[in-house]
Amino acid sequence: MAKVVVVTSGKGGVGKTTSTASLGAALAQAGKKVAVIDFDVGLRNLDLVLGAERRVVFDLINVTQGVAKLSQALIRDKRVDTLFLLPASQTRDKDALTEEGVANVIAELREKFDYVICDSPAGIERGAQLAMRFADEAVIVTNPEVSSVRDADRIIGLLDSRTLRAERGESVNKYILVTRYDAARAARGEMLTIDDVLDILSTPLLGIIPESEGVLRSSNVGSPVTLNEPNNAAARAYFEAARRLQGEDVPMVLPVDRRGLFDRLFGRRAA
Amino acid sequence: MTSAATIQKKSIRFRARSFVAFALAPEAPLGEWLRGLDRWTENSPGFFAGRPVVLDLNILKPNPREVAGLVAELAARGIRIYAIEANAIDALGPELPPLLRGAKTAIIDEAQAPSSQTAKAAAPAKLEEPPESSALIIESPIRSGQSVFHPHGDVIVLGSVGSGSEIVAGGSVHVYGTLRGRAFAGATGNGKARIFCQKNEAELLAVDGWYRTADDMEPSSRGRPIQAFLDNGVIWVAALD
Ligand SMILES: Nc1ncnc2c1ncn2[C@@H]1O[C@H](COP(=O)(O)OP(=O)(O)OP(=O)(O)O)[C@@H](O)[C@H]1O
Ligand SMILES: [Mg+2]
Repeated sequence: MAKVVVVTSGKGGVGKTTSTASLGAALAQAGKKVAVIDFDVGLRNLDLVLGAERRVVFDLINVTQGVAKLSQALIRDKRVDTLFLLPASQTRDKDALTEEGVANVIAELREKFDYVICDSPAGIERGAQLAMRFADEAVIVTNPEVSSVRDADRIIGLLDSRTLRAERGESVNKYILVTRYDAARAARGEMLTIDDVLDILSTPLLGIIPESEGVLRSSNVGSPVTLNEPNNAAARAYFEAARRLQGEDVPMVLPVDRRGLFDRLFGRRAA
Repeated sequence: MTSAATIQKKSIRFRARSFVAFALAPEAPLGEWLRGLDRWTENSPGFFAGRPVVLDLNILKPNPREVAGLVAELAARGIRIYAIEANAIDALGPELPPLLRGAKTAIIDEAQAPSSQTAKAAAPAKLEEPPESSALIIESPIRSGQSVFHPHGDVIVLGSVGSGSEIVAGGSVHVYGTLRGRAFAGATGNGKARIFCQKNEAELLAVDGWYRTADDMEPSSRGRPIQAFLDNGVIWVAALD
């Protein structure tokens, strides 16, 4: 039976899709059978980040409406054969997604996979609520910045009230994933510290993903950073986050600015 | 207590009528009253959303034919009227909210703890004698966008109160974590109520309708344990450490 994980944030553009792809790939690279679902109807992205955009035939809405079978819509990754994508529809109206349809798809995926990871659209409306509806666990993505943290707080409130688990009196396991953490800016006090973020959200930390050009390079070639540049600092942080998601106790280290350290040790070269 | 001048904030609407047991009692001239209401809701957007509000017409004493227009004006502001109190009116059209009779005190019952948010979205107004005041204890943090409404006593929060959330208590508000949202103590007309918190990052502190926003607070009162209380129409924010 799969664990259903929603990757959500409230605020847009904080790194949900990047994190869904990277965590999904990292879990699959560790041998888990993983399905990632794009819930961002009309603004689908996950297929691009996974480099599967030219192989999309059927989508989530087709499956919920019985037009296609789940097995026809799932796209197997070319690099890791335990990673599958269920794409969103780029053309359909987002109201075409019904709670009952999603319930059926998730129930079927639960039988076949170890992890089902749902990439939520931004916002707190219907689309985001459907993406979290059947989750057992939630990865709340936030940047170390006030508006993103406040939206994360809002999303946590919804996870505690609008999910099936919450309505049954159970709770969704929640984790914070801080992304785009910039060590140099943190050192200058230009961002919220990790302590500030955790103090405001009072929710455990899954990982700290540094700001990295490797993430951009990888998504431009249609690959999660964990596959494209596995030794990159962001990739390593995603691997560790994936291990924590599986219940492993991996010590947390704050990403440091290596260049800064290098400069300090060896002196700055004149530009 | 700090010696710097305290800015006195006064909000007639909030204080005189609109807050008392959430009975809105319009006064003539109506246009001015509505503008006052707009000013208040501008400061507290969404304050009335989903809350039962009783329209008390015993001051305005409008002609029965004018009531529908007034209800529509309020609806346009997102305020839904659940019942109307008007001693001088015998009957209203079926399209209007029901008339309340012989109500001395209208208590609007809608305790809304975060965990039970979905359950009671539109609890109808209930008429009853005020129950024994009792404290509402909340063990989980209050998240942004959540609203806790407890008109019958104190609200005690063991965690933090998030930015963009609010607590409305008939009695005092006690926050053992950081207060980052808005707290309204004594909201049903109790000027003796107070607000206590372990760490003050509040967006707004109000007692019995008198309030102070974060901008009006002494910077020295931020980030530390404080209490807020009402004295002579002025909200004082005093350090507890
Ligand atoms: N660690 C990182 N370092 C650098 N760039 C990043 C990092 N994480 C994400 N990005 C970039 O930030 C942008 C937004 O990321 P992404 O699309 O994953 O966010 P999202 O939360 O899914 O957005 P939306 O709310 O629109 O769905 C992308 O261009 C992505 O490449
Ligand atoms: Mg996205």
